[in-house]
Amino acid sequence: MSLARAEARRLVKRRFTKFFVAGLLILLVAIAAGMFLTNEKIGSDQRAAAQAEAQAQFQRSYQQSVTEKENCTAAQGTPAASQFPPNCDDIYIPTESDYDPQWFMPATFEFLGEFPGMITTLAALLAMVAFVVGASFVGAEWNSGGMMNLLLWRPTRIRVLATKLTILLAGAAVLTVVVSALWTAAFLAIADLRGSTDGLTSGAWQSIALTELRGLALVLVAGAAGFSLASLGRHTAMALGVAVGVVIVLQFGLGAVLFMAKVKFAEAYLAPVWMSAWMDKTYRIEDTSACDFSSNNGCQPAILDLTWQHAGGLLAGILVVTVGAALWAIRRRDIT
Amino acid sequence: MTAVLEISGLQKTYRSRKGVRRALDGFDMVVEAGQVHGFLGPNGSGKTTTLRTLLGLIRPNGGRMAILGREVPEHLSEVAGHVGAIVESPQFFGNFTAQDTLALLADAGGVREERVVAVLELVGLRDRAKDRVKTYSLGMKQRLAVASALLKEPKLLILDEPANGLDPGGIREMRTLMRNLAESGMTVVLSSHILGEIQLICDSVTIISGGRRVAAGSVADVLASHTSSGVKVRLEPGVDMRGAIELLRANGAQVVVEHDHFTVGNAGNPAQITRILAEREIYVSELTPIAADLESVFLELTGTAPVDGHNRQVDQSAVATPTGGWGQ
Ligand SMILES: Nc1ncnc2c1ncn2[C@@H]1O[C@H](COP(=O)(O)OP(=O)(O)OP(=O)(O)O)[C@@H](O)[C@H]1O
Ligand SMILES: [Mg+2]
Repeated sequence: MSLARAEARRLVKRRFTKFFVAGLLILLVAIAAGMFLTNEKIGSDQRAAAQAEAQAQFQRSYQQSVTEKENCTAAQGTPAASQFPPNCDDIYIPTESDYDPQWFMPATFEFLGEFPGMITTLAALLAMVAFVVGASFVGAEWNSGGMMNLLLWRPTRIRVLATKLTILLAGAAVLTVVVSALWTAAFLAIADLRGSTDGLTSGAWQSIALTELRGLALVLVAGAAGFSLASLGRHTAMALGVAVGVVIVLQFGLGAVLFMAKVKFAEAYLAPVWMSAWMDKTYRIEDTSACDFSSNNGCQPAILDLTWQHAGGLLAGILVVTVGAALWAIRRRDIT
Repeated sequence: MTAVLEISGLQKTYRSRKGVRRALDGFDMVVEAGQVHGFLGPNGSGKTTTLRTLLGLIRPNGGRMAILGREVPEHLSEVAGHVGAIVESPQFFGNFTAQDTLALLADAGGVREERVVAVLELVGLRDRAKDRVKTYSLGMKQRLAVASALLKEPKLLILDEPANGLDPGGIREMRTLMRNLAESGMTVVLSSHILGEIQLICDSVTIISGGRRVAAGSVADVLASHTSSGVKVRLEPGVDMRGAIELLRANGAQVVVEHDHFTVGNAGNPAQITRILAEREIYVSELTPIAADLESVFLELTGTAPVDGHNRQVDQSAVATPTGGWGQ
């Protein structure tokens, strides 16, 4: 217990932790403020303005088309006819229904539809912070010799590492829960002031809570992976190096190669796709080069649906492999 | 007396891509309770390797070790609370203050928080305790390391080159500190290259060379057993020294001439010298055995005495195969 307390103190004392958490909070406030400023509540004024704008646009383009058609007809048989379509009836005259006032509405924040995207944003940012802080938490310890010192006090290596990891994950969980609650409250307020909170049934809330829970899982896996990689390499840079390597090699390099090689469902090799699948419960990859023929629908692209279960399996795999490797490595390694 | 620390037949081979290196080759060591024990050896002889192995930081390839009567590494966690150690200038996380560093260790080890202040005072860092460790000088870091080792009031204190970087005053303070600790019942194992220091404060020593023990025992015993049987001879003033020397040489003595006296290297029985000289009516005014100091014994045992016109490399020893321990 005393070890856990010491590690918790160490985690919050670190300037690195403070710096990244503060940076994250500033970024989140900026995002929320941006959403607040760019959205507007829709009332009868806004609706009327949109209506008028749609009407005006329709009038303008209607006039243009009519003039165009008249010019076309007038030009028949003259050299100028080449500037117009051969058949003047091909010139389209817009109708009023082509101008939906909906398009001219100002941006508004509809909580039910838009908040899930904000949860994903939050989870991605938190996951990044958890990865980096986790890596530095143990990486700096290894690198500075602090780990060796600690092991002189507590020679049970696995327990020391596991305690550190547990404290890190507990910290990340607390941060995620608190920030998610604030985030939800902030966007409820934004929706209230600059949009609508319609349709928030208890079922909708349940779905939002589950999405936030999946976000928490993502954050914890990222933190554990950063921690484990840095511990394996005994340096913060090891984890960051792997992360950068994964981004460059997998996302850009491999992505490009797979697309060029026209590998089926090449997108499935890209991390953001899996993250989407995890957070939005499903992600559909369409392979347009393939053709599933059916008599009533004709040619349909081949489809790969990645579900949150698939993505969850991947996350669990990452967790088990990285943490397992870190614990395995510290068990026997010579610490010099 | 009971042994606080016992090592026998310790083996450690480092393996790397460049090949294998046998750092410890059947090393033995015994430290009795309440002693200040010097652990000496040339660079690369395996001192730090021994201490790291003992403290569970690296795995031995063979041999037995016991601390406070408990086999390690199996039971290390039981005795770790009684062992304070610094291993080769330990590093600390630079952005924390000395106070924080020690407080975190105290927390992790379940030591009372008051100890932090006490040990900082003891090593003379009280007024700098709130500075970041990054800003410390070498000697201050070393003092902090000693403080961290003392934090848990250990029964066995292991210090790998604690004097490294200390100023003369600091070295003397360290010396008094060790003596006081030993008097309070603590056992101290001290590795150092400052042999004058070791001779002053240690009750017993172990000398390691090439991963094996080459000498061990009380300082007096080690000195005595390796004191060359040399004697210093001074004659009455005005007596012809050359004649006496020739006479002794004729009798097989190894004589080295100094400006107003000479030494006989192989004087197993100094009485022989007086008898031979007295027969020719030459009388001796001084006949003293030459006492070796720890340094010369060390250089002789480890075969690392400098030779003119030769740059000795580490791992090089004039002693082809180290003999077993002294007294075997
Ligand atoms: N991590 C390592 N990998 C490979 N070889 C090592 C390692 N650590 C030490 N050695 C080798 O083991 C031998 C003993 O080293 P050790 O550090 O124990 O010497 P030492 O007696 O402490 O020397 P010094 O007086 O210089 O501190 C040396 O030859 C060294 O090169
Ligand atoms: Mg050493």
